[in-house]
Amino acid sequence: MTRVLAWGAFLLGMLYFLLPLWGMTEFSLRMRRDAYSFDAYASVLGNPEFQRTFAFSATMALVTILMGVLIVVPTAFWVRLRMPGLRPVVEFITLLPLVIPAIVIVFGYIRLYNTGSWLPLTGTAAGTNLLLAMGYTVLALPYMYRAVDTGLRTIDVATLTEAAQSLGAGWGTILGRVILPNVLGAVLSGAFLTFAIVIGEFTMAALLDRPAFGPFMQRLGQDRAYEPSALAVIAFVITWGCMGLIGLVTRTQKHTRVRT
Amino acid sequence: MAYLDIAHLEKSFGANRVVKDFSLPIDQGEFVSLLGPSGCGKTTVLRMVAGFETPSAGAIRIEGKDIVPLRPNQRNVGMVFQAYALFPNLTVAQNVGFGLKIAGVRAAEAQGRVAEMLDLIGLPMAEFGGRYPFQLSGGQQQRVALARALAPRPRVLLLDEPLSALDAKVRVRLRTEIRDIQRRLGITTIFVTHDQEEALSISDRVVVMNAGIADQVGSPFEIYNQPATPFVASFVGTLTPIDATVIDPHQGTVMSGGLTLHLGRALPVQAGTVVPIALRPEAVHLGRASGREIVLPATARAVEFMGSVIRIRAEAGGQSFLLDTFNRPDAPPPRPGEPVEISFSGRDVIVIGA
Repeated sequence: MTRVLAWGAFLLGMLYFLLPLWGMTEFSLRMRRDAYSFDAYASVLGNPEFQRTFAFSATMALVTILMGVLIVVPTAFWVRLRMPGLRPVVEFITLLPLVIPAIVIVFGYIRLYNTGSWLPLTGTAAGTNLLLAMGYTVLALPYMYRAVDTGLRTIDVATLTEAAQSLGAGWGTILGRVILPNVLGAVLSGAFLTFAIVIGEFTMAALLDRPAFGPFMQRLGQDRAYEPSALAVIAFVITWGCMGLIGLVTRTQKHTRVRT
Repeated sequence: MAYLDIAHLEKSFGANRVVKDFSLPIDQGEFVSLLGPSGCGKTTVLRMVAGFETPSAGAIRIEGKDIVPLRPNQRNVGMVFQAYALFPNLTVAQNVGFGLKIAGVRAAEAQGRVAEMLDLIGLPMAEFGGRYPFQLSGGQQQRVALARALAPRPRVLLLDEPLSALDAKVRVRLRTEIRDIQRRLGITTIFVTHDQEEALSISDRVVVMNAGIADQVGSPFEIYNQPATPFVASFVGTLTPIDATVIDPHQGTVMSGGLTLHLGRALPVQAGTVVPIALRPEAVHLGRASGREIVLPATARAVEFMGSVIRIRAEAGGQSFLLDTFNRPDAPPPRPGEPVEISFSGRDVIVIGA
């Protein structure tokens, strides 16, 4: 009986989740009258603005991932190695972006870095792009930190570090050749999550007036009927692709784990 | 002058002094074991030599030069860890060559050295060089860890309970291999263990540590047969402790429980002093035996079959004695409660601290 109820709840959940998706996908295929077609997809993919905004957001995602890795990996490593007592504090800080809305963060940035401030980042396109990347890094912090910290938990950080030190390695070598390769799966998981977040992000990009994919999706939704649905399906495919890659990377990484 | 000189080393964690005025000069090529129970400070001493802990006071010199100010990666001290600590993302050959690469050794030379090290530990390059750590057994992983530590030709080799994670048979085989390799290379080695059998079987000298202090430093023979403190006597090996009163210190005559024992050596105490004495189980014989002048009627209380040796606990005159006898299939041991005779010689009695 419990089993039947569990399956019932599961099926209800799946219907709740999948029906809107199916409806949206079906609608996106009905651009041509009386026949299913990929016309809406062709229209979206052929739109130069789609290509431009997607390329911009993808580039921002890569910059965000790089900044995230450079900040999070050494921090998580150092906290685990030398300051384990600070772990709850660091975890709390990395969780803040989940409770502080993006709009608050971006208004704070504009207030701090406007053209009248001591660091007028919003005065140039490059400066604003940097600001956006910093904002994205903050937004992705909870996911990146958690992923890397989980990765570090699977290896004996202290002993591997000491082993490398006794063989003459400095901190750079230890991080680059011992720690990072052994948490690469976790770092890539964090990277794919970051990619998925940045590609669909709207608030920061819109308020900083950058030509990103999120605002493009919103604009398209105002003007067209079928293309927004096609675009939403494309965005879902990208996100799910990222999730699939996380699973793939996590599985392949297991081959290099040590048994002790 | 000692090759590695540890002088007046101290280490405190807050108010807790874990190493107290520890001094140990070690000659080049010597194999020294730090032996003691958990928390006695032996690993802390090793970690201070490696540079992973900073001493609160004292000096550590290699060839006369104080290495305390140097960072761990500047000391050229090799270390093998209990948990192997092989880099999971690197193959066996890459692990062994790690230190050489960091030292900037040319690729061809490094490859030759890696092959040499792998041959030394009995894991040939052709068969094992391309494997990852997870494809090796525990014993093989620890051999690779040893090769990795030795490859950059360190001045001192530190072994931090390297055999503790292995099963009994592999442990015995590997400890002999470690000692052979150490002798062949002539490398100065400090070996940390809590296993007395390990320490006694492979060391030139053993340091028995207790509560941050070196209780006794000596050869395995001295440590076992002439324990300097009651702690060393009780920690190293098994014994029957007895309190005895000195009757004649010049003749070495003591009395315990109505028994007069002639120890055959002078005692540096006054008559009437109570001294702790002890008997190793192998010094007590089941039945009468020539050269064992003291014969006591006793009752077997417990019999422990240990394979080649049988350990019997017998009671005589209110005193409990442990005795070891070799297993003989044609002569089964006494059953608990059975009356027996035990014998020993006063010369085999250990006077603790004498």
